[in-house]
Amino acid sequence: MSGSDGIRQVRLVAHFPGVNNTTVWSDPRSRSQIDFSSFEELARTAERGRFDYFFLAEGLRLREHQGRIHDLDVVGRPDTLTVLAALSAVTANLGLAGTLSTTYNEPYELSRQLATLDHLSGGRAAWNAVTSSDAFTGENFRRGGYLDHTDRYERAASFVRAVRAFWDAAGTGRAAVHRDRFFDIEAVPTLPRSPQGRPVVIQAGDSPQGRDFAAAGADVVFSRHGGFEAGRAFYDDVHRRLAAHGRGDDELLILPGVTYVLGDTPAEAEERARAIRYQQVSGATAIRFVEQVWGRDLSEYDPEGPLPDVEPDLERVLTQGTAAARSTDRAALVERWRARAASEKLGIRDLVVEESARQTFVGTPEAVAGEIVRHVAERASDGFVLVPHLTPGGLDDFVDRVVPLLQERGALRADYTPGATLRENLGLAPRP
Amino acid sequence: MAHPLDRPLTLGVALDGAGGGFTAADHVRAVRLAEDAGLDFAALGDSLTGVSRPDALLTLAAVAPHTRRIGLVPTVTVTHTEPFHVSKAVASLDFASRGRAGWWVEVSRTGSDARAVGRRPTAPGEELWAEATAVADVVSRLWDSWEDGAEIRDTATGRFVDRDRLHYVDFEGPGWSVRGPSITPRPPQGRPPVVVRAEDDHALATAAVAADVVVVTSGTLGAVRERCLRVREEVAAAGRDRDGVFVLAEVRAHLARGGPGPDRAGAGLVHTGSPGALAEALLEWGRVVDGFVVGFGSTDEDLPLFTERTVPLLRESGVLREGDGPRTLRDRLGLARPDSRYGAG
Repeated sequence: MSGSDGIRQVRLVAHFPGVNNTTVWSDPRSRSQIDFSSFEELARTAERGRFDYFFLAEGLRLREHQGRIHDLDVVGRPDTLTVLAALSAVTANLGLAGTLSTTYNEPYELSRQLATLDHLSGGRAAWNAVTSSDAFTGENFRRGGYLDHTDRYERAASFVRAVRAFWDAAGTGRAAVHRDRFFDIEAVPTLPRSPQGRPVVIQAGDSPQGRDFAAAGADVVFSRHGGFEAGRAFYDDVHRRLAAHGRGDDELLILPGVTYVLGDTPAEAEERARAIRYQQVSGATAIRFVEQVWGRDLSEYDPEGPLPDVEPDLERVLTQGTAAARSTDRAALVERWRARAASEKLGIRDLVVEESARQTFVGTPEAVAGEIVRHVAERASDGFVLVPHLTPGGLDDFVDRVVPLLQERGALRADYTPGATLRENLGLAPRP
Repeated sequence: MAHPLDRPLTLGVALDGAGGGFTAADHVRAVRLAEDAGLDFAALGDSLTGVSRPDALLTLAAVAPHTRRIGLVPTVTVTHTEPFHVSKAVASLDFASRGRAGWWVEVSRTGSDARAVGRRPTAPGEELWAEATAVADVVSRLWDSWEDGAEIRDTATGRFVDRDRLHYVDFEGPGWSVRGPSITPRPPQGRPPVVVRAEDDHALATAAVAADVVVVTSGTLGAVRERCLRVREEVAAAGRDRDGVFVLAEVRAHLARGGPGPDRAGAGLVHTGSPGALAEALLEWGRVVDGFVVGFGSTDEDLPLFTERTVPLLRESGVLREGDGPRTLRDRLGLARPDSRYGAG
């Protein structure tokens, strides 16, 4: 986990821009979210920056707002595994990670697909195992419908165990058998053992069950706690759970998702950050945000004007297909927003810009590199998943300006180890 | 129905995937041989269990950036795989290959596949192919569920897509349904060409309504001629243009060494002999079909002989397509790019 001079190594992940308003499509530099050239360009940039892996998220149903397809953000994604397989042909060292649902896939089939990707890429495959419980997404699948929330993680854990059983049986000629209350399956895996044996497993849940699920068996946690104090608390909590599962500190990496904005001076970086936030929140987007919270059609309101004086309809959920739509305490949010808008004299769009700000690191390249090294050195994280706001050039300035500083400090590899697998690059303890 | 070779022969190779290796380089080598010879497509077989071979669609996705002209046609079975995943996977292969994807539809018949997935027991061929027809239908609808031009990026109104040009498919299959729309925009070809191997009448029923390319597996020239007529009758009975589909004969070529043992004979026309003799045979057989899918006794040994010695003889005879710059598989086959069925026009 450390360089030869004792500096903790920073793990870096390039997140392909997603389908929420973090991704700015109105900028003239924004290019296709679906042409293969965009995936290829971002992956090549990440490899030039000696990142550990490329990450592609997944959505299995288009988001909806007021019963219609949400049309203000980027829409349209590829099949995760297909893009990762194609990227294996245009990269040599970069890990290839993707989100794949345990709810809408089958363990044997997914184990075989990930083993195929691991063979094709020479040991660079990784899988972000997510669970889905909403019937909304299930309408696109045979195995549709709702899973009880407490069953979600048990079933997901069973799914991951089954996948690993098939991986472990590869090359032995014997059948892996997996029987419990969720699955009754058996097969003789037909692929030889893949270079990593077990491709890297990533987990992103944040609830207590989600954290335990990660501590029990994941290799990487994709966390949402990018801030220093929140990051420290999360890191400590998950490591306590890790120990309780009898696993060592070097068996799990914690990588929060973060954004960054660079400038030649701190003031210039702040100014750019603010301009990006206004690109991310158009007037129409601001109204949609407030509609989600209010549960009402507010299309008649002026985004530059004050918050609606009508009371929210807390029974109505206008948005489907996003995590936020299911989990937020909206009454408390309305109260807090009203207080903030009043005290800071903010209009609707200004308020949403402030409230939805996700920028973690804003500053000069030196300052951002320093913060990244500090977070890792003091165990607020093991590195970061960088989420750019532009497709596909959104990491260019990071790779050009921050990566050399990380390398000078000895916190990031100057080059890859030839032929190393992703598991080896991440410094994870070898799997049995 | 004798075909006077008034259109070029369509020529693809079938790489069955077994024994083809597992690294990308293994497969790139084979597909490039076919591409350099100017062939129309390379098909790669697949099965969940039984035979040791990699996932065909992912393997051809890794081949796509290393090739520029040849069609890439993976087998994707539909019995256990979610139709929604099939649709976006083939669409994504079409994006990765810049319009060169096809889809070879197969069903899964074995108990070992059923036990590996654990969702359903095996079923009779009639039921499997009836479901395959439904899957091919919904996959095609999902490809159409984004009209061309649905992505508008209209900064004036803040709208990225015109949602009036995105469509729910609301498809009811046998025991399942799919709401839609696809998460993946319409692929470059609109609808990547669909291949069905009409090995029996149940598969033929699927081919008649869903296939752009039908592969017939009869073992003699006379039987191929009859089967070809039958395919066109069924296509016409399904309300489609009887000459709008390509009917290709399956051929198994043993060029490097002697003929097949009785266990390897398989289906289709079998050629055992020299590469030159195969060229002569294909020229003769080509009078009754639109082309061939050629598989090999040994891909390692026979494919190079086929591409280096058989194909140049066919090319000298003027029966193959010329001019092989980058273009889509549909363009190569002369299939027009269809408009979305959901479009207002």
